[in-house]
Amino acid sequence: MNRYLELWQLTKTFPAPGGAAVVVEGFELALSQGEFVCLVGHSGCGKSTVLSMVAGLVEPTSGGICVAGREISGPGPDRGVVFQAPCLLPWLTALENVLLGVEQVHPRASRARQREIAEHHLARVGLMEASERKPGELSAGMRQRVGIARAFALSPKVLLLDEPFGMLDSLTRFELQEVLVDVWSTERTTAFMVTHDVDEALFLSDRVAMMTSDPAARVGGILEVPFARPRNRREVMVHSDYYDLREQLMAFLESQARPDSTSGNEASLALDGALEGELAVAD
Amino acid sequence: MAFLVMSGVRKGYGPAGRRVSVLRDIDLELEKGEFVAIVGYSGSGKTTLLSIAAGLVAPDAGQVWLDGREVTHPGPDRGVVFQNYSLLPWMTVRDNVALAVDQVFPQWSRERRGEHVDRHIAMVNLSSARDKKPAQLSGGMRQRVAVARALAMDPQVLLLDEPLGALDALTRATLQEEIARIWADDRKTVVMVTNDVDEGILLADRIVPLTAGPDATLGPPVVVDLPRPRRRKALNHVPRFKEIRGTVIDFLLGPGAPRATGSGLARGCLGSRPIEVGA
Repeated sequence: MNRYLELWQLTKTFPAPGGAAVVVEGFELALSQGEFVCLVGHSGCGKSTVLSMVAGLVEPTSGGICVAGREISGPGPDRGVVFQAPCLLPWLTALENVLLGVEQVHPRASRARQREIAEHHLARVGLMEASERKPGELSAGMRQRVGIARAFALSPKVLLLDEPFGMLDSLTRFELQEVLVDVWSTERTTAFMVTHDVDEALFLSDRVAMMTSDPAARVGGILEVPFARPRNRREVMVHSDYYDLREQLMAFLESQARPDSTSGNEASLALDGALEGELAVAD
Repeated sequence: MAFLVMSGVRKGYGPAGRRVSVLRDIDLELEKGEFVAIVGYSGSGKTTLLSIAAGLVAPDAGQVWLDGREVTHPGPDRGVVFQNYSLLPWMTVRDNVALAVDQVFPQWSRERRGEHVDRHIAMVNLSSARDKKPAQLSGGMRQRVAVARALAMDPQVLLLDEPLGALDALTRATLQEEIARIWADDRKTVVMVTNDVDEGILLADRIVPLTAGPDATLGPPVVVDLPRPRRRKALNHVPRFKEIRGTVIDFLLGPGAPRATGSGLARGCLGSRPIEVGA
């Protein structure tokens, strides 16, 4: 199906002193079934707002979102979400955390069958041996593996990932990307992921959508990623197109480096923004 | 003898019998004016290694030598910049930097110390914020204050502990360029630990990978013989950049990867990676 996930003329404004703040305006994107698309952009550009709208957690001001030909309204188990923080229940084991989702989606399956599904997905992310551990006994990387297992265990129509590896160090991130691409390549769930990591986007995606940084952000360009699947990091990184694509993405992000896209509190933004802007120009 | 030497350094934590080895066989030598990046996983002992070099933590075995003298205590000849900035929240930017300058140069006149403080604040582009307190600053600005403070002590060695780890990608890139510029101006001897291979390549003369813990040790060093100034985007065209990047990443995801996991993990063999220690 060609337009399995479709974002049509999405606009989101938030009330603000002195008029409405337009975060996203006229955002258009369509994903084919089984496609993996990354949305890259700077922190604060509205990427997560777009993803939250697709998840049904934030209502668009105008425009619409269709999954498998039906317009969504509100969240639902047809869309599995992996957040930056895996949001596990701390008093449940890794297995129980995954089971919780499985019970929702397969309420009529036998207890044994539900457990089998949860265990299968934990094994896929390499956590079988840690299935009886609670989140507090797992490293950050392992907790996010549970988050991935839980999302896939829902067998969602669409998988939504919001900077899922953003809290991990860059090396652990490499590892988890391989786990994700490995699980994804057997399930082939349509996946829409937000990230600002250029290497991550290239390794995982079929296409990369680049988001502008204006207030009223939208898709500023789309990059086709030609690497054959299944992918292996080493092969991808020595592919003759890899560093060209990497540069194109970096060039886009540099062109979108907007002074107040740096993090910080409200009061300091203007000042820091001025400084960053100054430096960006000096470069 | 090299300017900074770590020789046979070993360190573990925990009571005898249940002691976990964090670092072993750490041998590292830096020439004066050299910038070395130690790249490794979080929890692998990078901070412990840097703390030993700073004299904040005593090794179980081995020695650290700076300019021919053994390091046994912390001292102002080693400036440290931590990931969490470590600024005093009730003091302004200027006072935070002045505190260090007053400690290190008590013999100077008030005016001279004041000029010295202002010059270092200007060096990190913070002059317009010098009367602000840390809470009024963004993360990137706070880290600049910490860098200014460390440089103002005029240390013989600058030890940077994931100095940009808490910042978003854009601020991080800006500060990387700033660190490169400041380093080019005064060629301090620098040891920086980071988990970001690109950051190491952008800044360092040499990258030394650190294997994943526990019982971590240094891997084969890679010389970053790329001309400076290095431009993040333009590097994508440089064959030597790709080669260095590939070598370091291959080591860290291969021989230097966490033992129980490694790349085999994706195949679902096992995942009993130890809980991350705040090493």
